[in-house]
Amino acid sequence: MMRPTDYTIAEGLRALDKREISSVELTGAYVKAIEAHNPRLNAYITVTAETAMEAARASDARRAKGEVGALEGIPLGIKDLFCTEGTRTTAGSKILGEFVPPYESTVSGNLKRDGAVFLGKLNLDEFAMGSSNTTSAFGPVENPWSRANDPAKRLVPGGSSGGSAAAVAARLAMGATATDTGGSIRQPAAFCGIAGIKPTYGRCSRWGIVAFASSLDQAGPVARNVEDCAILLRSMAGFDPKDSTSADRPVPDFAAACTRSVKGLRIGVPAEYTMPGLAPEIEALWQQGLDWLRDAGAEIVPISLPHTKYALPTYYVVAPAEASSNLARYDGVRYGLRVTERDSDLRDLYERTRAAGFGAEVRRRIMIGTYVLSHGYYDAYYLKAQKVRALIARDFTQAWEKVDAIVTPATPTSAFPMDERQDDPVTMYLNDVFTVPANLAGLPGLAVPAGLDGQGLPLGLQVIGKAFDEETVFAVGAALERAANFTAKPQVMA
Amino acid sequence: MSYTLDGDTGPWEVVVGLEVHAQVLSESKLFSGAATAFGAGPNSQVSFVDAGFPGMLPVINGECVAQAVRTGLGLNAQVNLWSRFDRKNYFYADLPQGYQISQFAHPIIGTGVIEITLADGSTKNIGITRLHLEQDAGKSLHDQHQSKSFIDLNRSGVALMEIVSEPDMRSPEEAGAYLTKLRQIVRYLGTCDGNMDEGSMRADVNVSVRKAGEEFRTRCEIKNVNSVRFVMQAVEAEARRQIEVWESGGTVGQETRLFDTARGTTRSMRSKEDAHDYRYFPDPDLPPLVLEQSWVDQLKASLPELPDNRRARYVALGLSPYDAHVLTIEKETAAFFEIVAKGRDAKVAANWVTGDYFAALNRLKREVADSPVSAENLGALLDLIADGTLSGKLAKDVFEAMLEADEPPAQIVETRGLRQVTDTGAIEAAVDAVLAANADKIAQYQGGKVGLFGFFVGQTMKAMAGKGNPALVNELLKQKLG
Repeated sequence: MMRPTDYTIAEGLRALDKREISSVELTGAYVKAIEAHNPRLNAYITVTAETAMEAARASDARRAKGEVGALEGIPLGIKDLFCTEGTRTTAGSKILGEFVPPYESTVSGNLKRDGAVFLGKLNLDEFAMGSSNTTSAFGPVENPWSRANDPAKRLVPGGSSGGSAAAVAARLAMGATATDTGGSIRQPAAFCGIAGIKPTYGRCSRWGIVAFASSLDQAGPVARNVEDCAILLRSMAGFDPKDSTSADRPVPDFAAACTRSVKGLRIGVPAEYTMPGLAPEIEALWQQGLDWLRDAGAEIVPISLPHTKYALPTYYVVAPAEASSNLARYDGVRYGLRVTERDSDLRDLYERTRAAGFGAEVRRRIMIGTYVLSHGYYDAYYLKAQKVRALIARDFTQAWEKVDAIVTPATPTSAFPMDERQDDPVTMYLNDVFTVPANLAGLPGLAVPAGLDGQGLPLGLQVIGKAFDEETVFAVGAALERAANFTAKPQVMA
Repeated sequence: MSYTLDGDTGPWEVVVGLEVHAQVLSESKLFSGAATAFGAGPNSQVSFVDAGFPGMLPVINGECVAQAVRTGLGLNAQVNLWSRFDRKNYFYADLPQGYQISQFAHPIIGTGVIEITLADGSTKNIGITRLHLEQDAGKSLHDQHQSKSFIDLNRSGVALMEIVSEPDMRSPEEAGAYLTKLRQIVRYLGTCDGNMDEGSMRADVNVSVRKAGEEFRTRCEIKNVNSVRFVMQAVEAEARRQIEVWESGGTVGQETRLFDTARGTTRSMRSKEDAHDYRYFPDPDLPPLVLEQSWVDQLKASLPELPDNRRARYVALGLSPYDAHVLTIEKETAAFFEIVAKGRDAKVAANWVTGDYFAALNRLKREVADSPVSAENLGALLDLIADGTLSGKLAKDVFEAMLEADEPPAQIVETRGLRQVTDTGAIEAAVDAVLAANADKIAQYQGGKVGLFGFFVGQTMKAMAGKGNPALVNELLKQKLG
């Protein structure tokens, strides 16, 4: 007998359709799972069990009347970077205090429109700045997976969407929203053995998502498999006149693309992604993935993305620059935290509020961003970074003349212990080495669980596609998923 | 003769450039749908975008862009089909986002030129450096509470055009004339209401002084001057201050100053060393603003008539250059005149508008915008003069009556019986009565005292309560007196 939390979204929709299960039963099972495991994993910052059950009842009532949305009755978790009307939104920071948005982000609103049920708000690195979900003001998230030879060692789920990935992997949500600025969907998905896609920049509206770096931020789903990601993305995506960078294009049926054959597709393998620090097991898995695709009829083509080595430094100029400006609004004047002393003037209010409200990593990035935009440094850092960014994008444009998609590892290593890499920010930043280029170029990138390392920890591969060609990305990702037949389960699971 | 200020070392030339902030006339703000009406209750016209809430994004208001382009066309300026918005970063309590969205590197409007007219009738071209779009900040109110500052965000996000001139002005008068002309142009275009006392237009005035033939010396910027008169006063006061500094062996440092309108002097606000580092960078929330030439051409084709063109047209109609100038200073006056003159003698219409009508406005302390007499009724009065219904004298009486109640003059003529009498029988009877009663005066007149003719006219008109047609009265008297 299948347990409700075992259903994928596609299976859940079919079961709901056949009345094998109700949204109330499904949602109730997840609420129980959260009660049981969230105290340990800390994946949720806010659990909205009551409103979730209400929403589930309303969904069942709609279904009874024949009003069935594309995600009717499916319980999801929402990364706490998406503003949710009436539910506290923290961005993983103290500075927003008890901020309750009077509006719903476009993406979460789209999911609601399609009948989804929200279980609560998922933990993340503060303002989505991090690769281990250890910078959250609401405590770290634990990866539900652990090492076979050291099960007591608590591992990071990756970041910044660590809560989203951990919750989906541990069956505390059927799927979740996430965001990706430099790898924040793909890296935690890989660390937690699930799928996650950062779509093309402009595919999902950024309206109502707390901004980190506007030219890089993109919302996307994480889910237990590629097809579920495709189903979620179709609901999340779409043109939004409230976001000037949103793309006015039709949203294809991504799920249908998952069944497409990869026969005849040309798959690029960038030479520059074989780099020092890449775990041998991951390199082997990469090769294995390419073999699977070749067996399925794809052609493997060696390519060069010559500016790859500049991607990370470019990212760590552009992203903090935009962040330093985007985070200026958290000043204690209109909402959120305010820290003052008796005699505080305005400047003192700013300094006290922002010193108390922002954590160390956020402060570091605000400092870096302020520095690179400063008079006398702008040309050397920000302007140069923009030029290099254009070259990185051009690398891809040239590659698309030869290939239809690119396959790379998702991360250089598997999930690491919570107490590692915390004292050296640069080592931490290296987590994003394979994911950052797609953000800089605005391209879709999908992480697919493809195997386990020697410790029994999941490893992921990444599929990068042309702008607005998520369909090919889904087709290649689904082919890898079928070949990998990834069935391993995390140690902590509902 | 050029304007100079005399110091101990001789004459100094004054160099002035203006940065004018003009609020775009539009229903809603530059990047949000919030309304822009002046005088609304504090914080009543604020969207979540204007208040800098998390996740809120700017979306450009097309009407504001059109207004900026219209203004650029009115300034004979280059319209840049590709422009970009930048963020100007600084912290202040009335700046909710922590940055102002402006156009720093790539403004929507490039170089242009406008012609100013000076009191002596001469004209001069003043170069326009650029016009860019930006959002206004909110307002800090420090006088509402003894220990608290209040913030009103109604203005936050309102679209402004910053219009920057070349340093082409050489006197307070030229600076005043430039600002007046700029205001005239935007008001004609309907792109800014030009209400300086409501803050819809304000000027940052850049002033430096130099000896004839020198390169420019260091300038100071006087912030937020809000009337033409204050701009002229500030230029002179600041120039005099700088001359004193230079002549006493000092150096004028680049700084931002404020004009104290009560004292008529400028004082330092912040020096260059204290200047903010605004960390300008392209706003990643907004793609570059790309315009179609065909759209610009459409706007150009539908542009209203500009003051210079209108003035030229009036001169062609036979008006004096002075009348043409006076009638076109305010577009409301020109519009009023157009109605009065429509289908009538333009010169007669101009005489009435600039004469009796302006005098009445002055006397009643009214404006054309709330005119006590409609242009249609004034025009009808001119018709009654033209067709002989009213004498010039009677017309003035009717006009006075119209000022009290703005009724059609024909109606006033009827109800008050002011119609000019042209019935020769009635006039003849009155003349005969006057002559019969003044036999002595007839004798004197016929004896050579011809000055008495006016007496007979006056007596006749009096007898007719002023309504006798003067020409007919004269004619009959001459006939009868021989």
